Amino acid sequence: MKRRWLLWFPLALGLLLLVLLFLGLRKPADPTIVSRMVGQPLPELSIPPALVGHPGVASRDYKDGKPRLLNVFASYCLPCIVESPLLLRLQAMGVELDGVAVHDTVPDLQKFLAKHGNPYRRIGLDNQGRLQIAIGSSGVPETFVIDGKGTIVHQHIGVVTEADIPILLQKLGRMQ
Amino acid sequence: MLADIGLIALWLAAAGAMVQFVAGMLGLNSRYAGLARTVVPVSIAQAGLVSIAFACLIAVFMLSDMTVQLVVTNSHSAKPMLYKIAGTWGNHEGSMLLWVTILGLAGATIALFERRLRADTKLATLAAQGAIALGFYAFLLLSSNPFTRIAGVTEGQGLNPLLQDPGLAFHPPTLYAGYVGMSAAFSFAVGALVTRNVSADFARAMRPWVLGAWIFLTIGITAGSYWAYYTLGWGGWWFWDPVENASLMPWLATTALLHSVTVLATRDGLRAWTIMLAVLAFSMSMVGTFLVRSGILTSVHSFAVDPERGLFILILLGIYIGGALALYGWRIGSVTEGSRFEMVSREAALVINNLLLTVILVVVLAGTLYPLALESLAAKKISVGAPYFNATAGPIALLLLAVMAAGPLIRWRADKARLVITRMRIALLAGAAALLALLGFGGGIGILPLLGLVVAALVAVASIAPLWKRNLRRTPLFTWGMVIAHLGCAVSMAGMACDSAFTKENMTAMAVGEIRKVGPFAVTFVGLREVAGPNYAALEAVLLAKKGDADSAIMAPQLRQFSDPPMLTNQAAIRTVWNGQLYINIGENAVGNRWLVRMWWKPFVTLIWLGGGMIALGGLLSLLGRVKRDLTGKRGAAGEAAT
Repeated sequence: MKRRWLLWFPLALGLLLLVLLFLGLRKPADPTIVSRMVGQPLPELSIPPALVGHPGVASRDYKDGKPRLLNVFASYCLPCIVESPLLLRLQAMGVELDGVAVHDTVPDLQKFLAKHGNPYRRIGLDNQGRLQIAIGSSGVPETFVIDGKGTIVHQHIGVVTEADIPILLQKLGRMQ
Repeated sequence: MLADIGLIALWLAAAGAMVQFVAGMLGLNSRYAGLARTVVPVSIAQAGLVSIAFACLIAVFMLSDMTVQLVVTNSHSAKPMLYKIAGTWGNHEGSMLLWVTILGLAGATIALFERRLRADTKLATLAAQGAIALGFYAFLLLSSNPFTRIAGVTEGQGLNPLLQDPGLAFHPPTLYAGYVGMSAAFSFAVGALVTRNVSADFARAMRPWVLGAWIFLTIGITAGSYWAYYTLGWGGWWFWDPVENASLMPWLATTALLHSVTVLATRDGLRAWTIMLAVLAFSMSMVGTFLVRSGILTSVHSFAVDPERGLFILILLGIYIGGALALYGWRIGSVTEGSRFEMVSREAALVINNLLLTVILVVVLAGTLYPLALESLAAKKISVGAPYFNATAGPIALLLLAVMAAGPLIRWRADKARLVITRMRIALLAGAAALLALLGFGGGIGILPLLGLVVAALVAVASIAPLWKRNLRRTPLFTWGMVIAHLGCAVSMAGMACDSAFTKENMTAMAVGEIRKVGPFAVTFVGLREVAGPNYAALEAVLLAKKGDADSAIMAPQLRQFSDPPMLTNQAAIRTVWNGQLYINIGENAVGNRWLVRMWWKPFVTLIWLGGGMIALGGLLSLLGRVKRDLTGKRGAAGEAAT
């Protein structure tokens, strides 16, 4: 037997598998999946306006050199209420924010914005899930940073908290 | 009271497993021949004790004894009796106890009935069984005690509603019977390595266990696939969910083992490879258990998740698999090469079968673990989905089936390619006819479904060919088994290909009185009603499905709201006709009085599970044939080589 060491090869593979499983065990699975669209240009889409006085959301509007936040939300979403004061604060800092409501109704949206404030310039209503599929968003709320060339540079999944504001500003500011 | 008896029995059974292991290993040395004689009775006693423990657990569930923690968390006094009993193993602790119970019974069966094997190999095999059982007893008693008591509780907390299904009563026992069968095969392999006895006799002793495990795994996968199809409500029958993969991987390894053990039993070839596959198959069933129980990957089975238990299983996995592979590296060099064979021979065809199955196994394992590896090592997150698996495993599976058409028509040891093609001529004609028919009338179907149907036609005809010109009454049962199992593969493949090529889908919002078409059916939305179930409230849509003028049927899909614990599930309505199934789901309210309704017409989709059933039946016939031949004493290579 010249190549006796080859017989130990299965053991080595088995141990490698065990190490991998052990590493995996120390980091329990977290089902959030980052969008593959981060780093990609915003796909062609046009979401109709939800309310009178606010235009809808269309990808061609994101190539004017101005970075923006795009917030995916809904009136029935509790975490969206939680993050609304922070979105208003971002707006007060001069950040331009657009929103797309998903699977929602116009009366509910009106009530929601009247009660919790309206930080958005453009507001789209997407009841077919077109935007979410196009930009890889899996739930509400999610906040995307889009640079002046229309490229998605960052995806924030879940509620925007106090601690996230500097990150969002940095992602927005770095391109300015 | 019963819980106390159960716990005592469990501790005694653990002690029995320890004796079985230690006495078995020491007994291999001739100085301790006295110890060796205790191993058989101890194995039987261990099986008896663990069965008592399991019976006690079933009894406390049946009596809804709310002083037992496990009953409180998993049962409810108002539950139907079937689900009370099934609740015994519908949870982590109970299912682990079921595992060791089956393991103990398997050990006792080997101890009582195995007579062909050399005495020392049998002793080492039982010792290995004892070692495996000991690990699981430690797991149960130290971190998952099913008999833990609780005071001051009067009512239970129900059961996961997704699991309130008659299928649950059979799903874990079936799967565990399969896994435990693999552990027996693994013990035989360890026994053969320890006593340097990798021979045809060893292969014949191991084969019934491999066959038995394989039958159960096949049934488990087929039933699990149908369960996902009608419960998860997406109209799909396989989702490449990590847990599905966890059941598929041991099946692939066992299928390979089943074929290589035949080479070893019949021609005394592929010795080292067979041992390797036995270790691999058991490893995969342990890895499967680990993936499901540890919560390391998210899936439908996350109810059973606990990272601490995951670590325990991982340590057991490390000891068993690491130990077995180390033993392999150390001993397999001394296993002499088995008989040789020509390039064109049954043996060579089975080697190709083994290689292709192993490649599929590696592809599935890589796809299942890659997200995990990337996350641990590079902190990146991805999800590997169906497109990867379909694009990689699909074509290899097609190739495997194509080879399977030829395999049984090739002679052992040496054959001529020209003769094989002659034997296959009718099958090749059938494949060509299917190809022409599909190109002519298939309506531009995709390349994979097209190849799938062609290969299915080829395999269907070729698999019957071994019966050609034979006296059917004198054909051994195991030949029938092979024919039916191979034919089942063709049937199942045809179902999969038809489903992906010809399914018609209609997702729509409907109001009462409206009609929509899907495939040959016209579906009328008759109305909505509230229905109360034993522990859920449901919104039921009533639809009338008409096919032509004569054939009509009421379909009633439900959206079920369970109360305890709260959960929303989707109950599809399925109408089976001879050439397929109409599958309807009701979703949420769309706008105004319109409701989302999803309808699929799936031609011949039922063939998928019919084929699975045939594969399992084929395995059963094979097993009966082998056992019958063993009992009547007609063994030896002469009789088998003729098949």
